[in-house]
Amino acid sequence: MTDYNFAYLDEQTKRMIRRAILKGLAVPGYQVPFASREMPMPYGWGTGGVQVSAAVMTPEDRFKVIDQGSDDTTNAVSIRRFFERTAGVAVTEETREATVIQTRHRIPETPLEAGQILVYQVPIPEPLRFLEPSEVETRKMHSLEEYGLMHVKLYEDISQHGAIATAYAYPVMVQDRYVMDPSPIPKFDNPKLHSPAIQLFGAGREQRIYAVPPFTKVVSLDFEDFPFEASKADGACALCGVDNSYLDEVIMDDAGNRMFVCSDTDFCTTRRAQGHVGAEGVPS
Amino acid sequence: MKDMMQDTDVLLSVRGLSKFYGVRIGCAEVSFDLFPGEVMGIVGESGSGKSTLLNCMAGHLTPDRGEVLFAGRDGGLRDTLRMSEPERRMLGRTDWAFVHQHARDGLRMNVSAGGNVGERLMAVGARHYGAIRDSAVDWLGRVEIAEDRIDDRPTAFSGGMQQRLQIARNLITGPRLVFMDEPTGGLDVSVQARLLDLLRGLVREMGLSAVIVTHDMAVVRLLADRLMVMKDGYVVESGLTDQVLDDPQHGYTQLLVSSVLQV
Amino acid sequence: MIELRDVSKQFVLHNQGSTVIPVLQGAALQVSPGECVALTGNSGAGKSTLMRMVYGNYLADRGAIVVDGVDLATAAPRDILALRRQSLGYVSQFLRVVPRVPTLEVVAEPLLMLRVEREAAMARAEQLLGLLNIPERLWALSPTTFSGGEQQRVNIARGFAYNYPALLLDEPTASLDPINRAVVLSLIEEAKARGAAILGIFHDAEARARVCDRSIDVSDFTPKAA
Repeated sequence: MTDYNFAYLDEQTKRMIRRAILKGLAVPGYQVPFASREMPMPYGWGTGGVQVSAAVMTPEDRFKVIDQGSDDTTNAVSIRRFFERTAGVAVTEETREATVIQTRHRIPETPLEAGQILVYQVPIPEPLRFLEPSEVETRKMHSLEEYGLMHVKLYEDISQHGAIATAYAYPVMVQDRYVMDPSPIPKFDNPKLHSPAIQLFGAGREQRIYAVPPFTKVVSLDFEDFPFEASKADGACALCGVDNSYLDEVIMDDAGNRMFVCSDTDFCTTRRAQGHVGAEGVPS
Repeated sequence: MKDMMQDTDVLLSVRGLSKFYGVRIGCAEVSFDLFPGEVMGIVGESGSGKSTLLNCMAGHLTPDRGEVLFAGRDGGLRDTLRMSEPERRMLGRTDWAFVHQHARDGLRMNVSAGGNVGERLMAVGARHYGAIRDSAVDWLGRVEIAEDRIDDRPTAFSGGMQQRLQIARNLITGPRLVFMDEPTGGLDVSVQARLLDLLRGLVREMGLSAVIVTHDMAVVRLLADRLMVMKDGYVVESGLTDQVLDDPQHGYTQLLVSSVLQV
Repeated sequence: MIELRDVSKQFVLHNQGSTVIPVLQGAALQVSPGECVALTGNSGAGKSTLMRMVYGNYLADRGAIVVDGVDLATAAPRDILALRRQSLGYVSQFLRVVPRVPTLEVVAEPLLMLRVEREAAMARAEQLLGLLNIPERLWALSPTTFSGGEQQRVNIARGFAYNYPALLLDEPTASLDPINRAVVLSLIEEAKARGAAILGIFHDAEARARVCDRSIDVSDFTPKAA
């Protein structure tokens, strides 16, 4: 095949990462420190996710990568190609087909199933970081379940914007124990965190791995009088016509014309193949 | 007639508290009982050990010897130094409060006034935004901060306002014991007077017990029922505040009292 | 109600070569309910010192100072404070108040401390301030800016707001005009009539003759030079 070990990382490193993953699965939402390796890509390009994917990958897997829902951005393409070359695994763009899906900032629209693994790329794993700069203190807060500060952040949102303005990386309580940053997914995706699939989170620069096992209880934090809402832009996809998927806004021209399209390209493509047509779309 | 201050059960009992920094003495063999509604002042010059003592009592420093017993709401005395950390921290945001000399040590400077005041409520489980905000407005009013400043950050406040905000933030959960470290230090005299008046009113209204560390004799005369004078880590004199100030027995206290400038 | 037994007091000035100044020795006296006793003696004989000791403001070196059953020579601070709130009033010559607190509050404070209804406490304060001719426009102001005579009257009003069973008066009529002096003397007589035990210093001989039942010469307790 190549001169690389299967999936780039050496077996000892994979064992180390798998131990961190298993610990993460055993303690849902808890941030497990791990010895993050140098990867042949810069931090911020998914080094944490890539290491987790490499550690869980088997030669039989079918691999999918999305970046903000899209299979064909530079980031998604290069990570997909990376594993094609270093692991020789099959790749796919179809959510249903994939066994391992690495994602940046989205959860696929197509419901995940048991047996699938969703690997998140995480920039900053610590949900308390923006209010408490000390790592020693935030760890203590986690261990003692002192999460009042998380609500202070939401309080600030409401006092400044009249509503909880946090639209992505919306904090969740996992299995009634750990407050977790679900990575910068839109809060529209938060309800999907309760899933039959295994969800693994890797932060390369911050050297943390955490996990949400299948069917784990995941609750988005809120106030009684300002309940959590999985909101999205109003409207339907201009290409496939669906009105319940997360939409990206696309500027059409200098005159400010715009349209909304599905952020999940595979979901949109599949629908159009089935004959659904939106306002601006042409039958495929 | 029922006397509001008469309560026979001790609230805080400090026994043989000692803290050493290597061979240097931080504080040594300090013992006293504090009763509900009592305010005790601790005076002494810089390095006398008064801040070390305060921090040992409040759990910010670990003393080498001694006990700090606190009466829980169930009535029993418990040694807070031997409590588990979660218990002690819970105490620190419910029954206890700590007012720092520098407001920025006791406030979140990047969080609005309302968020600062509401934090302790949220920390003990308040989850209704409207109710939290109402309490914050109420408390800002009690420390004489206008309601329309509720969404401003403390960085936009004057020193005196920051200190009042810190007090509101601490008292909102109705603590029973407040530790104060030079609460009026670094403030203008006119601002000090206002703060003292405010503290005095709150202490009386809420029946608070307090331990106040200061080097300002005017502060203790106004606020403290009792006084402890410290020198070189030891308590050299203690008693009723006006008695200690007007008829000091120890040479050091006499020096301290006679050194106060008369206006 | 007030009883002193074999009370001695000396001041030790540690920072002035440990100079020892003996002030009182073997002081003894008794004041019964409804009685007013004057302390007399030359300036420097220790009248004020004795008064302050009875209030717990100065420590006694030996002996017992018992007021309403509490021995101030040995009592804990909180017991002395409780005694001061409930039983022992003191009208000193000087007013010591917190800046910013309105006069009405200053006068009502002893009642409020005892959880008297706010309305009743304020009514009593207004009555006393009126009686002592403090103009009503000043009631809402802090007495810190008042004249000496006005401050003295505020101080008296505060001292008489609550009906203490034991009362210490340090020159209550000093620097008062005849009208207010008469008011204060009748306040003292009322207090006696309701059974208060009063110990006072009166330089005003006429006033002393009118309200005091007997005098005690503090010079009798002056330590004899060895």
